[in-house]
Amino acid sequence: MPKTIRFKLNGQTKSLTSDRERMLLWVLRTDYELTGTKYGCGEGFCGACTVLVDHEAIRSCQYPIEDVDGREVITIEGLSKNGKLHPLQQAFIEHDALQCGFCTPGMILSAYALLHKKPDPSRKEIIEHMEDNLCRCSAYNRIVPAIQDAAQKLRGGS
Amino acid sequence: MNSKDARDDTLNIDFYDIEPSLPLSRREFLKLAGGGILILFSTNDIFALPERSGQRQFSRQLPDDFNAFLRIGEDGRVACFTGKIEMGQGVITSLAQMLADELEVALDSVDMVMGDTDLCPWDMGTFGSRTTRFFGPPLRAAAAEARAVLLELAAEFFKVSPDQLQAKEGHVVSKTQMQKKVSYAQLSQGQRIARRLKKEAILKKASDFTIAGKPVLRRDAEEKVTGKAKFAGDIRKPGMLYARILRPPAHDAKLVSVDTSGAKAFKGAQIIENKDMIAVLHTDPESAEAALKKIKAKFDTPESKLDENTIFDHLLGVAPEPSVLSEGGDLTTGEQLCQKMVEKKYLDGYVAHAPIETHTATAMVKDGKATIWPSTQTPFPLKDQAARALSFPAENVRIIPPFVGGGFGGKTANQQAIEAATLAKLTGKPVQVAWTRGEEFFYDTFRPAAIVKIKAGVNGEGRIRLWDYQVYFAGQRGAQHYYDIPHHRTTAYGQGWTAGPGTHPFATGAWRAPSNNTNVFARESHIDILAAAAGIDPLEFRLKNLKDKKMLRVLKTAADKFGWKPGKAPSGRGCGIACGIDAGTYVAHMAEVEVNKSSGQVQVKRVVCAQDMGLSINPAGATIQIEGCITMGLGYALTEDVRFKGGEILDLNFDTYEIPRFSWMPKIETIIIDDKEAAPQGGGEPPIICMGAVIANAVFDAVGARVLQLPLTPSRIKSELA
Repeated sequence: MPKTIRFKLNGQTKSLTSDRERMLLWVLRTDYELTGTKYGCGEGFCGACTVLVDHEAIRSCQYPIEDVDGREVITIEGLSKNGKLHPLQQAFIEHDALQCGFCTPGMILSAYALLHKKPDPSRKEIIEHMEDNLCRCSAYNRIVPAIQDAAQKLRGGS
Repeated sequence: MNSKDARDDTLNIDFYDIEPSLPLSRREFLKLAGGGILILFSTNDIFALPERSGQRQFSRQLPDDFNAFLRIGEDGRVACFTGKIEMGQGVITSLAQMLADELEVALDSVDMVMGDTDLCPWDMGTFGSRTTRFFGPPLRAAAAEARAVLLELAAEFFKVSPDQLQAKEGHVVSKTQMQKKVSYAQLSQGQRIARRLKKEAILKKASDFTIAGKPVLRRDAEEKVTGKAKFAGDIRKPGMLYARILRPPAHDAKLVSVDTSGAKAFKGAQIIENKDMIAVLHTDPESAEAALKKIKAKFDTPESKLDENTIFDHLLGVAPEPSVLSEGGDLTTGEQLCQKMVEKKYLDGYVAHAPIETHTATAMVKDGKATIWPSTQTPFPLKDQAARALSFPAENVRIIPPFVGGGFGGKTANQQAIEAATLAKLTGKPVQVAWTRGEEFFYDTFRPAAIVKIKAGVNGEGRIRLWDYQVYFAGQRGAQHYYDIPHHRTTAYGQGWTAGPGTHPFATGAWRAPSNNTNVFARESHIDILAAAAGIDPLEFRLKNLKDKKMLRVLKTAADKFGWKPGKAPSGRGCGIACGIDAGTYVAHMAEVEVNKSSGQVQVKRVVCAQDMGLSINPAGATIQIEGCITMGLGYALTEDVRFKGGEILDLNFDTYEIPRFSWMPKIETIIIDDKEAAPQGGGEPPIICMGAVIANAVFDAVGARVLQLPLTPSRIKSELA
């Protein structure tokens, strides 16, 4: 039975009809050509495919498209507003918190979800929240201060 | 180091040692490159430059005309065309810095054109921490040459002698009359000048650098934080098909029977059966996967007793004839001088590269021409591989490497790119092959399992008098010791990191700082055991047995930063040392660990690394590479060990193959000894080589457990405690 799903994607309303189970990752990457969301492991272990659904970080490789019906999806492409980088994106640049950059969109969106829920997380809380996002280049010790810095900016500090 | 020791830097392309197709002629390049000023140069030019760093041996010749060039365009922008690629190691930034500095232009007016085989001259590939070391000096010389051309043009323009002029911020200005000023853009307009780099190009002094040598943020960062950066899987072409390929369950499995009817019936699926390959293609990647699952295939897999435990005896049994890498004195005499002898065998398992981006390629074949967008460290060798696979002349194949999502030595074989190109030719449509994580583990060219046997001894004063070192299958890089030992021999069984049939049950290859991780683990563990046997503090023992000034300096620098307190191990404090040399760079690490005696779990609290890499071009980038190496190195030190049964790989994802994550992070402190008078050396690999040894030595210091096998798993630590 074909089913129509309506959702908001980076601020725009979308509708999609499908007669089979599809994962959000592939819909984003193929139907919408939003290739900033990456395939890393296909089983939810690495976090490269992380996107936001109603401001919560989810693994899009494990997330059936029907589950976004009526909800709001934000991908890395939708994070900057009017050409202005989000404080997390800015902080990742300033802290050199990336190398090959493949895990970076997932890292930033995971961090976004944390700060949305908890604007002033401790270092320990950041590590716990980010634990299942893997970075083989090992930029971990730059990512944590980048998140702390962005958190401060988002709270209105400088 | 004696003369035989220079072998460490021999280029060992033992993955695909193929002949390069002839580079384009100068005239063809000039046509492609357009107007302006072109300076052609070659990596071989390093040999003609004053700041060469020791004699290097190449196993093959580079094209001797030129293999890189830079252009000052008529718009004043500077472009560097190089066959190197960016995979996270940061050369897109450090090379541009060198060029900008030497040419006196702003960093943001430099464009790096990397790896495109139609635009860039031939290059062997990006590996071995070679880019800055071997490409950097001729690049700087070419920039200096370009500056000289600009000064000559400006001299004509102003009708003065060139020595009255100087280059400054993208302009040539008169030294005496500041109003006499002409931009590089003006000077380049209407020019078609091409020069081959002269050997005697005059370089700026490192002390006069304004851009190189200073920390700079990554130039590719904005694209990467916004999702705009394109990797091989992000390429989209009209009508593109996603391919999934039928894979065997084990490397030695044979296909007995196959029924593809289910896949053929799948709506929209196209099946290709070509020689050994059965592929399913679809415009939707999930449908390609679903259709692949409809194929009924039966494989015959031979029984095998080989696994991650039995492999070492097997390897010793099939070891080839040894070759002596270096020797001095006489081993029997050495043994007689020793008061205490220690003989040990060290083991190291298979380790995966596991980049987060799996091997991926998008390919298009049209009108007898192929274009491939691959994740690869070796675009030019791929051009030739693809030409042979497609039966096309090499000039009809173009490789355009997008960003690479991590390589670590693992993206050099290009199997996925050949698969994509073959399928694109057979279907007549653009095809993308993106390996699943399982395929990535299965076809990875693992760091080889290896054995090191060491017999060594110290005299009554704690001086090492005998060193007999035998390495099996790890490879030679870093095998030779740097201690002051009169009677020594270093022997290698097996060259490089690959071996003949019947050795490893699957492919092996270069893994970040190949050979050296295993060699340093064995050597530096053994040095610590000797120190303990002699009853001497491990740092003092090393300083006492070293004459190499650079090594002494990095060790002392690390010890100062770490606050090393002398004591005989095991002291209970959990502090360890290790040092080594890789890609011309000296490193010394100190670590502090906590070991839970009941669980055997190790938490690394702190790692200090002192590194002497000669002149550091981008200290910020080099620091990031050190941090990355330290953290990545925790994986092979503590958990990473590919489990297998014969040719079947049992670890196929990150649930069982554990790589470092956020909670593992130690406090990392780095010191780069910036030797401005010395040639720049490698930075992307050296700081990983000590990680096995420094953790093993710290674990011993913490709880007295001497583990002789990597990784240092809880069970191995506990069994040494019992």
